[in-house]
Amino acid sequence: MRQKTLHKIILNLALLVVVFIILFPVFYIVQTSLKSTADIYSGTFFFTARTRNYEEIFTGSRSNFAELTRNSLVVSSSVAVICGVIGSLAAYSVSRLNWPRWATGGILVWLLFINMMPPIVFVTPYYLWARAAGIYDTPAAVVMAHVVLNMPLAVIMMMNFFAEVPKELEEAAVIDGCTQWQAFSRVIVPIVRPGLAAMAVLVFVFSWKEFLFALSLTTTSAGRTIPVGIANFVQEFNIRYGEMAAGSFVAMIPALILVLLAQRHIIKGLTVGAIKG
Amino acid sequence: MAQASLTRPTDMRAKLFGPGSFKYWSVAPLLIILVIFTALPIVQLLQMSVSELEFIDGELVSEFIGLGQLDNLAKDPIVGIAIKNTLVFVVAVVLIETFTGFTLAVAISRTRSFSIVYRSVVIIPLLIPPVAIGTMWSLIYDYNYGLITTILIELGVQHLPLWTADPDLALISVIIVDVWHWTSFMFLIMLAGIESIPPSLLEAARVDGANELRMIRHVILPMMAPTILVAMLLRTILAFKVFDQIFVLTSGGPGTATQVISMHIYKVFSEQFRLGYAAFLSLLVAGFMTIFVAFYFWASRVVRRRLG
Repeated sequence: MRQKTLHKIILNLALLVVVFIILFPVFYIVQTSLKSTADIYSGTFFFTARTRNYEEIFTGSRSNFAELTRNSLVVSSSVAVICGVIGSLAAYSVSRLNWPRWATGGILVWLLFINMMPPIVFVTPYYLWARAAGIYDTPAAVVMAHVVLNMPLAVIMMMNFFAEVPKELEEAAVIDGCTQWQAFSRVIVPIVRPGLAAMAVLVFVFSWKEFLFALSLTTTSAGRTIPVGIANFVQEFNIRYGEMAAGSFVAMIPALILVLLAQRHIIKGLTVGAIKG
Repeated sequence: MAQASLTRPTDMRAKLFGPGSFKYWSVAPLLIILVIFTALPIVQLLQMSVSELEFIDGELVSEFIGLGQLDNLAKDPIVGIAIKNTLVFVVAVVLIETFTGFTLAVAISRTRSFSIVYRSVVIIPLLIPPVAIGTMWSLIYDYNYGLITTILIELGVQHLPLWTADPDLALISVIIVDVWHWTSFMFLIMLAGIESIPPSLLEAARVDGANELRMIRHVILPMMAPTILVAMLLRTILAFKVFDQIFVLTSGGPGTATQVISMHIYKVFSEQFRLGYAAFLSLLVAGFMTIFVAFYFWASRVVRRRLG
């Protein structure tokens, strides 16, 4: 029995080290963002925390995080809403409305393909289309790309949720005189609402952190999002470390909030594409 | 579509507007998006890769060059290096992350009281922007003011490593960051696998006097083999996407030390501005990945049937 307790202590100590390895870089970025340039250069762990870097990136003349944050919020929420609506309608249809197996399977395989294809493949066509459509360098162009990228997650997550709802519920609704649309919107959606919310939040976060398309389809702060703004810091000759860290921390906020709400739905969504072994 | 054209017009109308029509229009927006934004781009890529494209005064000018991009491919000195770097990167991260992910999953599956804390913390790297992961680690690696430098100086080390600025260490530095980022993904899949092992099996092994290591080797590993195999294949596919952190940490450098395929295509597209050639390379990647993904679907089905 004593040996068992000892094992447990060692195990938990080892896991604490892992927790430390994961959290330390995040802590390090927060710490750097609160330092003055002199404190960053000296590498000290003891310093007076200042919010200058945050003020600088949002209101300073050399940064445009106010605009970038607005773009990021517009893009991520639009993508979450569009994916939420289209994804859950399609997922419901495919998993519940008696499509032949080849149709359901075909759509599923197609979605997994998109999920697995390196996104660089779509960059050049989307770039041409965005220019042709006159939406190049606007949030609309980024929304277009992000909706496509996140559709697999949206549909597959919702298919899993709908699979858990007992079939009798819709049947009862239809017998009571509901149309299929009413059965869906009044009976099924309220039941899967927690799942739907988890999906929308996850899509929001994925869109928020996306970089390649946000970079390729924009060129000024009119269309750029936060990750592109952060990457710009690195490419300058004299990197402003404090501001770069402040920007990076702002970029992490949605993720950190999500972790606090962590629930099994989100964990499942993170491994979409993993076919059950 | 073929079915629809065989049915009489009244049936069509019933399908589209009748009480059962919800089935069709609910899935229509998704299908429209899939066709326009994922099938058409492939057609567009085909078209682009047989052309030389240029913007002149904001107008796209296209000239048909047939298989001319093959010459460009033959003359491209970087593409071979990029493929080699990508392969080294993918093999390294998949092997390491399989090990770290599995170990972490076994360890966390053994905990009770803090389990939820561990699980929440572990998913953080999967949710924060990869660009921010890149800046985080560039601060840690920084030769002048970085964390590692600070620590090594305290320890009295003379020759400080340059990490991302050293051609020999750059790829390794990038791999370390990827392990920090993606171990969690392997962990989540492995944990789901471990949790689906019947507890009675573990109990029986314990009654027979197996210690922890033996239990892992003789019970957990064999039971997990299909999951591990499928997870490795999936991670391989996803690892080919790598771009964001490399862009931030090294931008493919120093020289070509961390040039990977996505990075190379991006540079051809945005720095050299050769749209046709970038499209051609994209098409090659798409072709290769299609074969690989098809193999993944096939393999996971076989694995599920034989071992699952």
